[in-house]
Amino acid sequence: MRRYLAVNPIACDGHGICAELLPEMIRLDEWGFPVIDPSPLPPHLERLAKRAVQACPTLALVVRESATQDRTAGTSRSGGSRHS
Amino acid sequence: MSGVGGLPGSPGRLRQAVVPGATDLPRLLAGRGTDMDSHFGLWGPMPGGGPSLIDEVERSGLRGRGGAGFPMAVKMRSVAGGRAPVVLANGAEREPVSHKDKVLMAKAPHLVLDGVSIAAETVGASEAVLCVDRSAREAVAGLARARSDRLRSGVDRVAIRIETSPGAYVTGEESALVHWVNGGPAKPTFVPPRPFQRGIRGRPTLVSNVETLAHLALIARFGAGWFRSVGTVEDPGSALVTISGDVSRRGVYEVEMGADLATTVGMAEPAATPQALLVGGYSGAWVPAAPPGALGYDSSSLGAVGASVGCSAVCVLGPDRCGLAETALVVRWMAGQSAGQCGPCIFGLPALSEAFDGLVRGDRRGSALRRVNQLLETIAGRGACHHPDGVVRLVSSTLRVFASDVDAHRRRGPCRVRPGALPAPSAAPVFR
Repeated sequence: MRRYLAVNPIACDGHGICAELLPEMIRLDEWGFPVIDPSPLPPHLERLAKRAVQACPTLALVVRESATQDRTAGTSRSGGSRHS
Repeated sequence: MSGVGGLPGSPGRLRQAVVPGATDLPRLLAGRGTDMDSHFGLWGPMPGGGPSLIDEVERSGLRGRGGAGFPMAVKMRSVAGGRAPVVLANGAEREPVSHKDKVLMAKAPHLVLDGVSIAAETVGASEAVLCVDRSAREAVAGLARARSDRLRSGVDRVAIRIETSPGAYVTGEESALVHWVNGGPAKPTFVPPRPFQRGIRGRPTLVSNVETLAHLALIARFGAGWFRSVGTVEDPGSALVTISGDVSRRGVYEVEMGADLATTVGMAEPAATPQALLVGGYSGAWVPAAPPGALGYDSSSLGAVGASVGCSAVCVLGPDRCGLAETALVVRWMAGQSAGQCGPCIFGLPALSEAFDGLVRGDRRGSALRRVNQLLETIAGRGACHHPDGVVRLVSSTLRVFASDVDAHRRRGPCRVRPGALPAPSAAPVFR
């Protein structure tokens, strides 16, 4: 099952802890907000990803089962977002 | 309008409406006013809705007319399966160059309300809300009068609540409108869940543009075949389009999908041969003005030139304008319309506006253009809604279509042309 990192940009305040914990998948833009690698989360990074999700002060970081949330689609193919 | 029978007057009498001539336009704008008897006299009584209508809508190929162009039948099916669904009619048109929904609600409110009623019955909703922008006075008045006539005659089986929504560009985004109806600010929310899953008070909500619902009201009467008798196979039916800019007959027109774009623009009488068209409003894209026969008003033709129908507003740029100066104003305005929720939008759009201004002022070393391109990449896809993406699309198309102007500005500095084709309304966004 492919899993993907995603950030809720509304909840995100740019603390940047996620990028510290998981620089392999997350870097910060010039304003301190996370730019997330859109490729599937490699199995060897699962544990670090879980730590990053738990460490986010605003619960903005999530892991989910679908790659993108296309806002123009009326139907969602994702299994929903999960906190792990 | 040929072929429509029925006698005027005499409320309560069943009227026989003949299916209007298949290729006749206008359709939505055929009515002559807000009077309920004239409306039912012209179109015949309002048919009931039901699950079988969804199949008809599917056959019709009706796509949303709010901007996303999503297939209406799919949307209806996904809500119809839910528990206690709600219908939300979206008349919260806040795109400065789009007036089609306001005109429709002012001139044909009964067609819109028919659509709301039929949609509600079809998906099993016992609640329906219609949101209209509170500054759209004629639309509000038209709807108010229509609603009181309908309440008196008891024509709707579902009570339709009409709310006047606040003024911000993003108010019409579906999750923002639901957020507002639920008592919050008219700001987008993070999805999932989408409104069709959990919307108004947590219920499955069918959010549909008012024009789409008006088309539904006619499909319910005349069928899928009639709807498809104009338009293209992929984009069937007719559509309203707002034409503005350097034309002498600005306004809302009804065209068949796939109509020649140059001919369509010609109806509004441009003063001189346009140099370019802004297609899809401020989150749309520029296209070079095409000669007659070159470009059709449909998603695949426009897609081939990097544009889409979007909110169906076309701005005409005359030959003496500067596309860069016009766009710079729009970008600054769009930055000011941010809901202020997401870092990449809050910081990215003003930065993009500054960099774009630098392009217009003169960019000898090319640093402004590099900065613009860097920001386009950084900002795209990183907001909770598509507002920043719309600005990215607009600016990308500007660099493409006005490449020679970019070059000229880089070498010679600003041109003397003052912008004036595109409005930048001064009021700050209001979210409540």
